[in-house]
Amino acid sequence: MEGIPPDDVLVARLRSGEESAFALVLDSWSGGMLRLARSFVSTEESAAEVVQETWLAVIEGIDRFEGRSSLKTWIYRILTNQAKRRGVREHKVVPLSSIQTGSSADDSGPTVDPARFRPPGDPYPGHWWEFPASWPTPEQGLLGGEARVLLSQALVELPERQRAVIVLRDVEGYSSDEVCDLLEISPGNQRVLLHRARAFLRGKLEEYYEEAKP
Amino acid sequence: MTDLDCQQFVEQVTAFLEGGLDPAEEQRFVDHLALCDGCDRYLDQVRQTVHALRELPAEALSPENRQALLNTFRAKH
Repeated sequence: MEGIPPDDVLVARLRSGEESAFALVLDSWSGGMLRLARSFVSTEESAAEVVQETWLAVIEGIDRFEGRSSLKTWIYRILTNQAKRRGVREHKVVPLSSIQTGSSADDSGPTVDPARFRPPGDPYPGHWWEFPASWPTPEQGLLGGEARVLLSQALVELPERQRAVIVLRDVEGYSSDEVCDLLEISPGNQRVLLHRARAFLRGKLEEYYEEAKP
Repeated sequence: MTDLDCQQFVEQVTAFLEGGLDPAEEQRFVDHLALCDGCDRYLDQVRQTVHALRELPAEALSPENRQALLNTFRAKH
């Protein structure tokens, strides 16, 4: 696939109506947008509609893009706004901005079952009873098709704020600064959400490999 | 400062990977890592999880939606 040109070139091409430029961003960014939209709304269909509305808004509004953020960030902002509005209608989300201070039950407590560790009073308190079992090595095919499906499903089970953060950070590869900016959350909050999401998904893979053991 | 135990270690994994521990905390974390095979494995599994997420296949627009957007774009210009 053709690389994405720098924003100034890209925006000029889009404004002049160059269809190949539009197809390029459409094909490059829609996958990530679908995943992100799914953090806010209840169904895949709804997420697809949000992405569709977002692109329509981009087509309508590209002349108003001022370049204060990157084009992709600008589009992701439109997406999160559309998705949040729809999520509220579907009664799914707590607005992201309300999580800055308070924390919900999903955001506190240990991320690994305390029963895995020796209790206070034990000669080695807080240490593993049993080490986590080893996983198949990459040569043995760490992430077979089944594990991939499992991971995609586990993403949907995450509380939406954790999901939004881990999708942007680990699936889409955004930096923590960009994610804080996009979701309007503090760096500390971002790290807590990321930590909990990663621990949850590691646990899901652990269960999967445990059951898959010969 | 007392030594880190495994239960504390697992809660610092993300801060460590993000470079968010202060030097003393990081030292304790690494010291524990050097001595504990269980935590070494735990940290590695978190890394593998992150890596696996990067490898997830991209979702895509349905061909109908994609075509509809291209048509709208064309019609506007």
